[in-house]
Amino acid sequence: MEIMFDFVKTIFIAFAKGFYTTFKHLFKKPVTLQYPKEKQPMAPRYRGLHYLEKYDDGSERCVCCGLCAAACPADAIYMEPAENEKGERYSRVYEINLLRCIYCGFCEEACPEEAIFLGHEYEFSNDSRESFIYTKEQMLANRPTREKPFKQIIRKARRIF
Amino acid sequence: MSTVAFLIASAVKVTVMVTVVLMGVAWSTWLERKLLGHFQHRIGPNMAGPYGLLQPIADAVKLIFKEDIVPDKAERIMYALAPIISFIPALLTFAVIPVGRTLTIFDQQIEMVISDLNIGILFVFAVTSLGVYGIVLAGWSAGSKYSLLGGIRSSAQMISYEIAYGLSIIGVILLANTLSMVELVEQQNGLFNWFIFRQPLGFVLFVVCAVAETNRSPFDLPEAESELVAGYLTEYSSMRYSLFFMAEYANMIAVSSVATTIFLGGWQGPFLPPVVWFGIKVFLFMCFYIWIRATLPRLRYDMLMNFGWKVLFPLALANVMVTAFLQRL
Repeated sequence: MEIMFDFVKTIFIAFAKGFYTTFKHLFKKPVTLQYPKEKQPMAPRYRGLHYLEKYDDGSERCVCCGLCAAACPADAIYMEPAENEKGERYSRVYEINLLRCIYCGFCEEACPEEAIFLGHEYEFSNDSRESFIYTKEQMLANRPTREKPFKQIIRKARRIF
Repeated sequence: MSTVAFLIASAVKVTVMVTVVLMGVAWSTWLERKLLGHFQHRIGPNMAGPYGLLQPIADAVKLIFKEDIVPDKAERIMYALAPIISFIPALLTFAVIPVGRTLTIFDQQIEMVISDLNIGILFVFAVTSLGVYGIVLAGWSAGSKYSLLGGIRSSAQMISYEIAYGLSIIGVILLANTLSMVELVEQQNGLFNWFIFRQPLGFVLFVVCAVAETNRSPFDLPEAESELVAGYLTEYSSMRYSLFFMAEYANMIAVSSVATTIFLGGWQGPFLPPVVWFGIKVFLFMCFYIWIRATLPRLRYDMLMNFGWKVLFPLALANVMVTAFLQRL
């Protein structure tokens, strides 16, 4: 009889605990993020879509040295160098195949001119393969606007790597 | 009461009842998704209309426009009949459930129940048991192994729980000395006359068996998603599929109504009109159903059988014996 009573008591307590737990959770704030409307803040080191940085006077930083293409483990970067009228080297063609790219950030590390960075954008799905060839114009246009001068950003990037 | 008045009153009552129940079925799916969402820190449906209240309509439209697939190996007639067989008994239960006091309109006494059968409880239990045929036939006729397994599980489960289910309310019948639902409610005037306080064990047994009887979690073995794809529902699509779903939710509402009528005092309650009290009680019982689903994991098949035959059945028998003994004293 004693055993039976203990058994029933144990079961009753277990059930009460379980139901109390779920009841408590009924009144907690939902963690749902209404995705297209609300977005999760990205970590500063998040590696998303690439962008090309410019000097403050508006000229491109990239000198088409090819180190990024050499560092790229997925062989996603294609570039063709050229010279402008001042005799400076620049990239005539700079393309990244986003379907090959693994977003490792090695190009960013390899770049001696601090020209290429991986940004925070991640919504670039599309329905044709051709559209994933990411051209230099797009990369320059993708440069995020910012208040801080570029040098501070560089310093931060150096600290990260 | 003249025949014409009786016919008109009955027609109106049936129409209103069926409409309300079908609306209840539609929005209890919304209630379940919403509540279950909040239990799991989610929001639940919130896009269609305010608080997602139009979600059932969107679901219905979607389901109607889906393709109706009949498998090659299916027994066509039974396959088409099974959803109907499972849906009709769920609605039939509401014929004997009283939702309010007798009203007087145009010098006519109108009872707030479609039919005051003197064997109301027996009718409810007979009709509820019919629901299993729909599921068994659906499982067998689809010609698929998952459906068949779901059907077999369902029949075994429902048969083992039927006995305890029936015995759990015999205590109440012994105390009330009637089988009529209307009289049962009338005997429960005043909170402490509710049969939940006079038959607490009977109520617990009734709830457990009712959950098993309606194939709800934690006894949702016939449609166990993780093992049987969707059990007897596997091969169904479109409106036939939704009929099964409607049957499930109609059964839930029916069982909630029966529990309210037998144990929770039916429409009895102070201040508010009887119909409102009835609605509130049924609603709370439905919420409890969903709460159970959010809390308890699914039982294993052998555990379910053991529980049904070795725990519930003896307990129900003991309850009946003790009640009869005390009643005789």
